[in-house]
Amino acid sequence: MNRILSTALAGIAVSCFGTAVPVLTTSAAQAEELTLCWAAWDPANALVELSKDFTAASGIDMKFEFVPWTNYADRFLNELNSKGQLCDLIIGDSQWIGGSAENGHYVKLNDFFAAQGITMDDFVPATVTGYSEWPKGTPNYWALPAMGDVVGWTYRKDWFERPELQAEFKEKYGWDLGAPGTFEQLKQIAEFFQNRDIDGTTVYGASIYTERGSEGITMGAMDVLYSYGFEYDNPDEPYAMDGFVNSESAVAGLEFYKALYDCCTPPGASNSYMGEGIDAFKSGQVAMHMNFAFTWPGLYKDEAVGGDRIGFFANPAGPNGDQFAQLGGQGISVVSYSAKQDAALEYIKWFANPEVQAKWWSLGGFSCLNAVVQDPGFPATQPYAQTFLDSMAIVKDFWAEPSYASLLQASQKRFHDYVVAGQGTAKEALDLMVEDWTEVFEDDGIL
Amino acid sequence: MAARATPARLAKPVTGLSDRMVAWLFIGPTMLLLLALNIFPLFWAIALSFTNYRANRPNEPVDNVGIRNYERILTDPDIWISMQTTANFVFWTIALQTLIGFSLAYFIDRKFRGHAFWTTIILVPMMLSPAVVGNFWRFLYEPQIGLFAYAVSFVSGIPPTEIAMLSNVTLAPWSIIIVDTWMWTPYVMLICLAGLRSIPDYIYEAAEVDRASPWRQFWSITLPMALPFIMLAVLFRGIENFKMFDMVNLLTGGGPGSTTEVASITLKREAFEKWRTGYSSAFAIILFVAVFGLANIYVKALNRVKQR
Amino acid sequence: MSLTTAHSVVVPSQTSKRIAGTIVILYALISIVPLLWIFATSVKTPPDSIAYPPKIMFQPSVEGYCNLFTTRTRQTPEYIESLPPAANFCDEVARKRNMVIAGPSNFVPRFVNSLVIAFGSTFCAVFLGTLAAYGFSRFKVPLADDLLFFILSTRMMPPIAVAIPIYLMYRELGLSDSALGMILLYTAVNVSLAVWLLKGFIDEIPREYEEAAMIDGYTRLQAFWKVVLPQATTGIAATAIFCLIFAWNEYAFAALLTSGQAQTAPPFIPQIIGEGGQDWPAVAAGTTIFLVPILVFTILLRKQLLRGITFGAVRK
Repeated sequence: MNRILSTALAGIAVSCFGTAVPVLTTSAAQAEELTLCWAAWDPANALVELSKDFTAASGIDMKFEFVPWTNYADRFLNELNSKGQLCDLIIGDSQWIGGSAENGHYVKLNDFFAAQGITMDDFVPATVTGYSEWPKGTPNYWALPAMGDVVGWTYRKDWFERPELQAEFKEKYGWDLGAPGTFEQLKQIAEFFQNRDIDGTTVYGASIYTERGSEGITMGAMDVLYSYGFEYDNPDEPYAMDGFVNSESAVAGLEFYKALYDCCTPPGASNSYMGEGIDAFKSGQVAMHMNFAFTWPGLYKDEAVGGDRIGFFANPAGPNGDQFAQLGGQGISVVSYSAKQDAALEYIKWFANPEVQAKWWSLGGFSCLNAVVQDPGFPATQPYAQTFLDSMAIVKDFWAEPSYASLLQASQKRFHDYVVAGQGTAKEALDLMVEDWTEVFEDDGIL
Repeated sequence: MAARATPARLAKPVTGLSDRMVAWLFIGPTMLLLLALNIFPLFWAIALSFTNYRANRPNEPVDNVGIRNYERILTDPDIWISMQTTANFVFWTIALQTLIGFSLAYFIDRKFRGHAFWTTIILVPMMLSPAVVGNFWRFLYEPQIGLFAYAVSFVSGIPPTEIAMLSNVTLAPWSIIIVDTWMWTPYVMLICLAGLRSIPDYIYEAAEVDRASPWRQFWSITLPMALPFIMLAVLFRGIENFKMFDMVNLLTGGGPGSTTEVASITLKREAFEKWRTGYSSAFAIILFVAVFGLANIYVKALNRVKQR
Repeated sequence: MSLTTAHSVVVPSQTSKRIAGTIVILYALISIVPLLWIFATSVKTPPDSIAYPPKIMFQPSVEGYCNLFTTRTRQTPEYIESLPPAANFCDEVARKRNMVIAGPSNFVPRFVNSLVIAFGSTFCAVFLGTLAAYGFSRFKVPLADDLLFFILSTRMMPPIAVAIPIYLMYRELGLSDSALGMILLYTAVNVSLAVWLLKGFIDEIPREYEEAAMIDGYTRLQAFWKVVLPQATTGIAATAIFCLIFAWNEYAFAALLTSGQAQTAPPFIPQIIGEGGQDWPAVAAGTTIFLVPILVFTILLRKQLLRGITFGAVRK
């Protein structure tokens, strides 16, 4: 009796810890199914639609794991660092390449490319450098460029074209209302529209990036800072940042960004990134809208603000005529912890196919294939195609060091403290940023 | 509290397992689990806190850096600001929750008709997931379309576009305090209610015979006798809010700037975004020692009040 | 003996009752508004949900629930026309907005994870907790007070601080992002609550019952099984629900230690986004579905609530 009871108890104990095991094993080992990880955004949904062709052709089912941008780096770097097997394929951000290559998260693709006759010469050079290579400038490829992206602007063409507004604007600022060529002009337009009553609703000047948690405000402020003359370090002496990061022109750029935030953004826009920007523009709240190019296809198709009502322009120039834009975009990689690498490589092979790339572009993705974007007919395929090409020609990117996350956290804090919370001065914010970044490089043993 | 042990001679002769064996058989698994998932990790964290280990770079050599991590944390002004933010948050949430919670309990104790039903309604928010419901408050706080801003502007006449709870540097800490208070006032209320109901009626009856004013009855009977309960509620809320992560993470993410960056948010950024594992372990140990130390001092005070 | 004066505390006057009632009911009504708003938002169309001023009267719609369960992509009318006709109701709703349903969303797997992990960890915590509570209640355990305090103190650590070493440990053991890992972790967190609560319940069962049974020839284990457990069922059930609520609502560990395979609903729901920012009707729909079980439990539990939330420190 006693024995029966204790066996029963032991049985319960075993079953208690055993309940989870079948749950685990059933989800793991289905061969003909791949999981692709990416950010939760329009292009990803378009990729789901596109991938139906892959499933039809290969018989391999596709599962998707999409995470919003504000958690994207967080979640997937956590996943990769924990050697997780969730993702077979990952479309990882450009800055992850260094760390992911050095820590063995990604499968190196050189042999695969050679065997399949895929060559990086077929892709836009800036995207190959930005999304595939590590170390930068060497022919070591860890990803296939999947989604070209860059920060640019959209504006309400229909408002800009109203004769009464054009006249009023001309009188006030002395030049014709239209897509701005410089940041000074952009701010004048934003001020002009701020709190204006259009068709019975109050509208605002511009939606810009102010997000605190991940990378938003850095991606936004850098667009202004680059064009104003900010440099990450001394071009002749790598990692010598004092006098470059916090140069007078950089200070002026950051002051401009704060002035733009203070004067001309919608109320409560203190934590807005790509998603909030889209919402602000789509709901007719703003005259201009800073965002990555991926938003353009969706906005152009929008019933309320798309079509004839929307215009596009590349990131404007600074006071000295310099003009740069923040690079976005990603390459697609195979995760080295995946048990289904062969099927994953098959997907990449399919994705690199020129016809698939052309359909990718037509569904709303931004192809990086020369055959698509260098085609003479390309600028005419979509109204934003030319702006996309212009923008890709002036890209600049954030640090891609393995420590990029620490560097980014520092800039997020310093920028947000100054621009949104209004603490200290621009000079102080950038000085502190130099200190933070120096500390990061010291910890890495670089300085 | 501890029950007296069964006399050994009763249990022993019966058969099979001795009581001592049964005791260890029963307590052992729990202790093993806690050793594996609490104590062992704690010691691991202590060991890591003296190194420069980074969890995202397994291939790099790990150096022993002595107490440098602790030095850096304790001399970093940003860390002290986040500690202050945490202290502010804990103070105001507890103050509001105690005040409102106790008042509610006092009113419910008037036993008006239907009080049981309305008490259950009041209790609902505290049972819900702070993350899931906290996230929804972001929508309520939207300056134009949000219900909160609309209601406030309806009452106060301030245009709703100016009530940007999550963006304004002054209002943002309050946005979190409001949600936390909304959620956890019922908790304090429930404990206070138990305290009020534990006061025997005859004490009040005696006071009324003495013609003590209701005011005096409140200050000399109600409050002192409910005090141990209030203090208990404060202890639990204090520990919980010192650990606060989910609601702040979802509502403001520490912003605007760093105005709502409580200690847990800083810790999360160091540990899981910058991956400075050694450094963040040191910070975790400091936080643990702080909450453990403060709670211990507080429990001593609580026991003294109870014994009075 | 009539002491009922106008302001007696023992027998409140009608006026004071009325004032107290009004205040409490007012508070209850205001505090319930956010929850009603969640439900209302879940049955609004996306444009209605972000209308200004906020709409109290509106045409109900299931679009939020459709959006919760699907992934959609905006396409041109020409592309949509080239597709086969809409397969179901949600598809029709989507196409009216120039969208195509590309596939299911991840809400269902997340919800299933929540169920598996919450119930699994609750079962383990209550099982272990009952044994340990009985042990502490009935036997002279050396250093019992210290051990009990140690069990309680495991709840004091900030979750992020616990998560750092657990993350490293799970990575070595291959438990990252696994249901088993999360069940073990939640069990470890919940077992402290279970031990404290159940010890209180078992302390209340007179030991004379078991002693009588053992004199009748039962072994200790039999006495525990046949005498103590049946008496403790109410306590065990209440404890189980408290453990379940914790595991169901938990966010920090789930957000840091899982990424897909074992992710539960709380970290997932705040990440439901539409074309731009959060798709509020879908978020509200997910929130509503997620909250319903807890609402039911709260009502069932209202008598035991106090004991549960104070680790048994306040009984009544």
